[in-house]
Amino acid sequence: MQRRLLIKAALTAASITVLGASAAFAENTVLKIGFVGVTSGPAAAWGISNQRSMEARAAWINETGGYTIGDTTYDIEIVSFDDQKDPKRAIAGMEKMAQEGIHYVVGPNVDDGAAAVRPVAESNGIMYFPYAFPKSLYQAPASNAVLGMVANYQSGPAIYKYLMAEKGVKTVAFIAANESDPLSQRDGGVEAATALGMEVVSSNVTYQVDTTDFTPVLTPIMRTQPDLLVLSGVSPANAPQLIRSARELGFQGVISTETAQDAGVLTEGAGDLANGFISVGGASTPELASPMMNEFVKRYTDMFGEYNDESNTKVYALEYILETLKADPSAIDDVNAFQAKMDTFEAPNPYMNGDAKLRYVGMSSFGQKRQVAVPLVVNVYQDGQFETLFVAEVD
Amino acid sequence: MANGVYLGSQYAMIALGLTLIFALMNVLNFAHGQMYVIGGFVTYTVYGQWGVPFVLALTMSCVTLAIVGALIEKLLFAPVIKKSAREESTMLLAAGIAFFLDALILIIFGEKQRGVPKIIDGVFNYEFKLIMPYDRILICVLAILSIIAFIGLMQYTKTGRALRALAQDRTAAQLMGVNVERHSMIGFALGAMLAGLVGGLLVTITGVNLGMGGPTSIKAFMMVMIGGAGVISGAIWGGIILGFMEAIGLAVLSQYGDITYLLIFIALMIFLAIRPQGLMGKPWG
Repeated sequence: MQRRLLIKAALTAASITVLGASAAFAENTVLKIGFVGVTSGPAAAWGISNQRSMEARAAWINETGGYTIGDTTYDIEIVSFDDQKDPKRAIAGMEKMAQEGIHYVVGPNVDDGAAAVRPVAESNGIMYFPYAFPKSLYQAPASNAVLGMVANYQSGPAIYKYLMAEKGVKTVAFIAANESDPLSQRDGGVEAATALGMEVVSSNVTYQVDTTDFTPVLTPIMRTQPDLLVLSGVSPANAPQLIRSARELGFQGVISTETAQDAGVLTEGAGDLANGFISVGGASTPELASPMMNEFVKRYTDMFGEYNDESNTKVYALEYILETLKADPSAIDDVNAFQAKMDTFEAPNPYMNGDAKLRYVGMSSFGQKRQVAVPLVVNVYQDGQFETLFVAEVD
Repeated sequence: MANGVYLGSQYAMIALGLTLIFALMNVLNFAHGQMYVIGGFVTYTVYGQWGVPFVLALTMSCVTLAIVGALIEKLLFAPVIKKSAREESTMLLAAGIAFFLDALILIIFGEKQRGVPKIIDGVFNYEFKLIMPYDRILICVLAILSIIAFIGLMQYTKTGRALRALAQDRTAAQLMGVNVERHSMIGFALGAMLAGLVGGLLVTITGVNLGMGGPTSIKAFMMVMIGGAGVISGAIWGGIILGFMEAIGLAVLSQYGDITYLLIFIALMIFLAIRPQGLMGKPWG
């Protein structure tokens, strides 16, 4: 009898707990934000840093009571889709978002995926924030894509100018993986370097995406003895191997890239050989990072075990979406209202010290505001960590 | 040429494990690349993270993969082979295992590229005509020694002879007293162990990441096709040939862009049209 009573009491307590938890979870309306990007394969680090940034921020928001837009407080739910860096899957992912009634999507991570989803996004009223650089995505008549980072044709010239002035760099060689993003970034880099008066001594060496041994690939470039070796569009997985091979082949010049890298990965893969390597950093430095950015890093690390420097940039897309919706609540299911608001939108940047603002830019590059304003941070790797070389702004 | 020797030796090791499993069980192990990746991650964890000596870490990779291989054979392939005579059953199972291992690697080791400290510093440089880091030379020598040890095992031990008998004729081997089930498991474990060994060796040079499994399997299949499926010496030749083709192609054709593998694939198609059984395979299988 006593045992039965105990079981009943336990079941009642459990039911109350479950109901209580459900009630707490159901307090807020759910706002779904999508992510379509690459979370598997060699470029997985790009998409996973996106997805995890969004999930860490969403969990933080939900834990602190939700996000208020207009009169409604929302819990944020991230709906993710791994496009495996395949444009066909990216389309399928964006269609899934449309079927779920999602109007705001972060991603895709690469050029062909971002271009492929454009018709689906535009016909289904979806604003999407790709990490892809083709200008046609952001120039009229394209309307629904917003570049989520600084493009290589914006960061490249800034880096080359700096190296010409500070390091006396005169000759440059480019190497890129044989796929659309790196190749287009290489072409943009060659154009920018030529325009600045640098001599391009090699630009046609490419490598297979799945290459693991770069020594034979780099050997012909080393014969041209450039002052600067640019790893165009290099993935975080390949950068340490390329740097290591170049240095082991005796290359003494500067090595740079316009993509974001991970200090831990460079340390493990190339060690001291990576010293002096210049890359575009995540949009934060210890000096720039606000307490909220530091809190985000802590929460991300607690949640996933290890932080990714790229998330300094990737944290912004969700924030831009939510802040813009807060500025015009009617945009929750009306992307035309969102687009109209983008022209005048301005809000305090919670991730930077000082009076930095969240605002849309891109007039110079695209003729319309279709890019998030994040600081262009150029880093140099030194002894296991990135040091800030310079910080610039993009319009 | 030096790069060809280096690439050839590591490719041969990758192909050996795959062809051994095929020879013994007629299984196309699509998860071979993922096993290689796990081998790399085990060495990364034990040597790179825990600071255990490299040789012990390498041993750990071999032991881990041998156990994984034995379990996969015992619990998955053996029952499927027993129940289904259709070859596609084992192919689908192998593909499923590859996806499963990919997911497992992501959960356990994460998505990032991983690398370990160099096991030897310094670069051999002969008047800038021959440049080869010492760690590559060491890995190349270790790979060649491992291949010789593997051949020795297959040629001169009782287990090796039983495995060869099993590969030649399963029924005849059984009639000669070979415990087929036990040696199938040993063979699969040995194949997986070779994948773990080469993964552990190469993590010191190339690092390791989640996405390396699929492309590694594809290259391994190419080597096996060149040499002849199920033939040990064929796998070694296939690896060496692919290694040399890749190294020479990259050195000579770089100014024309990334056409090395395009030409390798064209050559492979022509070669297989003329000799579908590969260099050392028999037309009857």
